[in-house]
Amino acid sequence: MRNPLSKLVVDMPPSGIRKFFDIVSEMKDAISLGVGEPDFDTPWHIREEGIYSLEKGRTIYTSNAGLKELKIEICNYLQRKYDLEYDYNKEVIVTVGGSEAIDIALRAMLEPGDEVLIPMPCYVSYHPCTVLAGGVPVVIELKGENDFKLTREQLLSSITDKTKILILAFPNNPTGAIMDYDDLKSIVDVIIEKDLVVISDEIYSELTYEKKHVSIASFSGMKERTIVINGFSKSYAMTGWRLGYAVGPNMIIEQMIKIHQFAIMCAPTNSQYSGIEALKNGDPDVEMMRDAYDKRRRFLLHALRNMGLECFEPYGAFYVFPCIKSMGMTSEEFATKLLQEEKVAVVPGTAFGDCGEGYLRISYAYSIENLKIALERIERFVARHRK
Amino acid sequence: MREKILTAIDKNSKISAADLAIMLGTTEEEIVTAIKQMEDETIICGYPTLINWDKVHCERVTALIELKVTPQRGLGFDKIAERIYQFNEVQSVYLMSGGFDLTVILEGKTMREVANFVSEKLAPMDAILSTATHFVLKKYKEHGLPLVQTKQDERMLITP
Repeated sequence: MRNPLSKLVVDMPPSGIRKFFDIVSEMKDAISLGVGEPDFDTPWHIREEGIYSLEKGRTIYTSNAGLKELKIEICNYLQRKYDLEYDYNKEVIVTVGGSEAIDIALRAMLEPGDEVLIPMPCYVSYHPCTVLAGGVPVVIELKGENDFKLTREQLLSSITDKTKILILAFPNNPTGAIMDYDDLKSIVDVIIEKDLVVISDEIYSELTYEKKHVSIASFSGMKERTIVINGFSKSYAMTGWRLGYAVGPNMIIEQMIKIHQFAIMCAPTNSQYSGIEALKNGDPDVEMMRDAYDKRRRFLLHALRNMGLECFEPYGAFYVFPCIKSMGMTSEEFATKLLQEEKVAVVPGTAFGDCGEGYLRISYAYSIENLKIALERIERFVARHRK
Repeated sequence: MREKILTAIDKNSKISAADLAIMLGTTEEEIVTAIKQMEDETIICGYPTLINWDKVHCERVTALIELKVTPQRGLGFDKIAERIYQFNEVQSVYLMSGGFDLTVILEGKTMREVANFVSEKLAPMDAILSTATHFVLKKYKEHGLPLVQTKQDERMLITP
């Protein structure tokens, strides 16, 4: 039989997370601080709406771009929270999680050889999705000394004649970094001058602490060149519902809908009905969860710093990204030994890009009680191995 | 800060002042002082434990009693409420709007004990016009917390 496989796919390395997942799965009774999803259940009123939609027999396709009422609520939400104005009819697409939106946005825009700027460390899908869409990923290595923000200088020095897209993912997974108004302002004129399109993955937009999230699309001249991606997974603890969306200029959204229509048809219908309820009545839930995360964030940060691990203050998402360079181990060594000796699973920073070397992603989507037990073990480990 | 502390300890009063200080981004002293002040002002009135007595082999009966009462001149309902809540068997007393006046939640060892309390202590009080006793069959949730077994973390150990 001939080799049926695509070389492009075969050459694509599997996610670094996957590799570590396999090691962790072997270990019995490990405590994990390795997840990238909320520990809360979806709020009951949202789940109840999903059940009701099933009871009503709403088990059919919706229009490709999504339910009209949901699209309207998405626009209301973006207006209310981030001062963004979109036409529900022309500038919105409801997707199967934010991850589908990333994929189809790239596919709708990339021509072979187009360069995509990917600031790393970052979520695992931007790089492979760019490759699959025929683009060329250009990694920008974000630095700990800049609190893992993208600087104007770094952006400028990475742009070539072939650069088409910049991916921005703040609040960031895995670092927890955010880019506030001033940080974004410093790169906006470069983006406009160099005629770049931004894919802004704002899936963690509700989870910022002490500072409010600012969308780059809200800057003058940016809306027409930005695809904003958001969703329900992190803000409403709805990861399993697979519901996200993208908003942006009609010219791009229209083409994304075309791909979506052939590959997906529509996002799950009962998830869409639940999404309407989430956007209409979910603000207090978001606030409750944000408040809980914030307490854990302070707790975790305090404990890690007390152990002598250098750790910049993350203002977003639910991760801290401590530096373990002082331990004289690579990220992977540290994570593997920690798992073997103390049965605590954290994710090596390298799973999110080579420049994550020397760092760990620790998630605080866990109860304080769980965090406490895990932190005691990490502290013991650090004390034992400190040179 | 007071509201933040109260929200934090509402569901878990065992949390230490040191931990609370870290979580709320303040000092332990400030937490201790604020809690002491709130105790003095009876904003914080106690630290009971939420127990699922059904799991302990120990007979207990809870009843909810609706009372219609005659308010007293100048004292309203407070005087009669006080006469009722002084009894050790009484867990809670609320003044209600609607079809009756007071809700009394009683706890006793047996149904007979509760029945006796109602017929001998409550019903004969001058101000009490009528009583309606409802026995609790099963408790599902109290103080915002479910009494049934909490579920396991089913998330995969590592996800992106």
